[in-house]
Amino acid sequence: MSILINKDTKVICQGITGKSGMFHTEHMLEYGTKILAGVTPGKGGSQVFGVPVFDSMKEAVEKTGCDTSIIYVPAPFAADAIIEAAESEIKLIICITEGIPTIDMLKVKAYLNTKTARLIGPNCPGIITPGESKIGIMPGYIHTPGSVGVVSRSGTLTYEAVWQLTQRNIGQSTCIGIGGDPVIGTTFIDVLKLFQEDGNTEAVVLIGEIGGSAEEEAAEFIKMEVTKPVISFIAGLTAPEGKRMGHAGAIIAGGKGTVAEKVSCLRSSGVTVADSPADIGETVEKVLSP
Amino acid sequence: MKLYEYQAKEILRKYNINVPRGEAVTDAEGAANIYNQLGAKKCVIKAQILAGGRGKGGGVKVVETLDEVKSYTSETIGSLLITAQTGKKGIKVNNVLIEEAIDIEKELYLAISIDRSASKITVISSTEGGTEIEEVSSKAPHKIFKEQINPILGIRDFQARQIALNLNLTGSLLTKASNLLKNLFKIFIENDCSLLEINPLALTTEGELFALDIKMDIDDNAIFRHKEFQEIHDLSEDKSTEKMASEAGLSYIGLEGNIGCLVNGAGLAMATMDIIKLHGGSPANFLDVGGDAPVERVTTAFEIIFTDPKVKGVLVNIFGGIMKCDIIAEGIIQAIEKVNIKVPLVVRLEGTNVKIARKILDNPDLNIIFADSMKDASKKIIKAVRGK
Repeated sequence: MSILINKDTKVICQGITGKSGMFHTEHMLEYGTKILAGVTPGKGGSQVFGVPVFDSMKEAVEKTGCDTSIIYVPAPFAADAIIEAAESEIKLIICITEGIPTIDMLKVKAYLNTKTARLIGPNCPGIITPGESKIGIMPGYIHTPGSVGVVSRSGTLTYEAVWQLTQRNIGQSTCIGIGGDPVIGTTFIDVLKLFQEDGNTEAVVLIGEIGGSAEEEAAEFIKMEVTKPVISFIAGLTAPEGKRMGHAGAIIAGGKGTVAEKVSCLRSSGVTVADSPADIGETVEKVLSP
Repeated sequence: MKLYEYQAKEILRKYNINVPRGEAVTDAEGAANIYNQLGAKKCVIKAQILAGGRGKGGGVKVVETLDEVKSYTSETIGSLLITAQTGKKGIKVNNVLIEEAIDIEKELYLAISIDRSASKITVISSTEGGTEIEEVSSKAPHKIFKEQINPILGIRDFQARQIALNLNLTGSLLTKASNLLKNLFKIFIENDCSLLEINPLALTTEGELFALDIKMDIDDNAIFRHKEFQEIHDLSEDKSTEKMASEAGLSYIGLEGNIGCLVNGAGLAMATMDIIKLHGGSPANFLDVGGDAPVERVTTAFEIIFTDPKVKGVLVNIFGGIMKCDIIAEGIIQAIEKVNIKVPLVVRLEGTNVKIARKILDNPDLNIIFADSMKDASKKIIKAVRGK
């Protein structure tokens, strides 16, 4: 029913004793996510909501056998936390942290190319397989199990799209926020590949925004490799040129990275693009039941 | 954060890269002093603004007498410089850089930037310096070379040499150019640049390489580890609302319309502006209140929105994740008390702690128009603003 995570996924929370680490650990546990360990250097031996805290990832993995981690570590230390996770044989690393310097991320990414670990994010809401496991900061109740995969560069705009689906009784297989930074671990194409291969995903919602060329590259990939219907919305039609719109990666520079350009690439690859962010759910409904 | 040309040149100097002798000044007297100190007959005065196109826009002048130095400086400082990149209003000039003129044999182009798709650092070079690279890219794309650098390995000697060879810098110039490239790369990494562009890179008649104009952008995410850039940022004369907002931890960009927007998350904030436009309204701003904001920041967000006198109504669109709806609700209450909101306020809340938030705002005296979806919210605010 899903990609990357399911009800059996065993998770370590890096930065579990921080304010947001703690808040979201509570909500993830409530949702049923198997959080078996937390890591905060110097806080080893304590507990957070009954979850044992360790001083290092190595120890946490040895004691619990987890293969997935979620990172709430502050930006100056987040790159290190990602590498520590990969060195400890974690296979799926989800980094929520916003504000990691780009050069740090470039180095992390070059390093991860030599490892099998997959990184999602940073600066992302995480990943959820509804009814099974929530590894992230998204509100759980807006999701419902089903067969539409959702992938997005945004956080709250993804919630908006998911909520529109749920209100129309269209469930989701897995929803992934890949992050709003210029350099990210997992791209649209990586996720599209997984959704295409997943037997339980029937259609994919792809939510993009201005800046960079990830949507154009995704469009090219969809044309060649994706047989499932793809529905899309691209944010930033009203964004002025040369201004960074909140996300480090959301900037139109030198006339490149505009909504018009992205929408036209996606449409020419057979993707159904909603013009209004309020019509994402309705568009999926129409595509699924023509 | 963008650096001024003169600030970037100071940095290049520290890394032993040739830049013309000179200094930035704020008045004609200062300019005259520097001109005399330089002792070069022919100098160039360059208006310092954070936008390109200065040459064609009248922001660069070659001067040969003290009178010219004084008159050009005094007429430029304080004026609004309009170039192809500044917008119609232009940008106020607070400083000019006065430096000695260099005898140019050939103008080249060199830039280091981040290739987002490849997650690598890219060195872009061209023999066609002095013009906008976009122009070269459309007219003569074969004259642009790109070399990808592994961020862990850094630029290797052979790569630096290859770039130099692409620029036809051979013989004794080969070593000079590859050393220059290695130094530039060092600057890029050590200063957390997101762009370092030298255009033109001049080959002088004496066979030296000089960086004549520089664009240097620093990664905002990395400023925390660079004291010198924090100081530049703090001391800058930028008193814009955007800067005020960023100091409060908010992301704000002013626009032309009359509907203020207060949203959490950049994607949703853009989408909220888009839907206002689609339904015939016009957004006054982009505002991302961020994740995990305290109540005070929400109140500040309202204050910032109302610094814009065009605002005739505000749309609050929150989908709680990290951001909890009850915090927004309390921020709204505080703002109503503190800011004295006189225009219509449409509020749409969903997500984390939404039930608590609805209870907090359940008071008819607050005069809030509630909406239950994005579409509903945008229609209601447009109607409310038109009704005024």
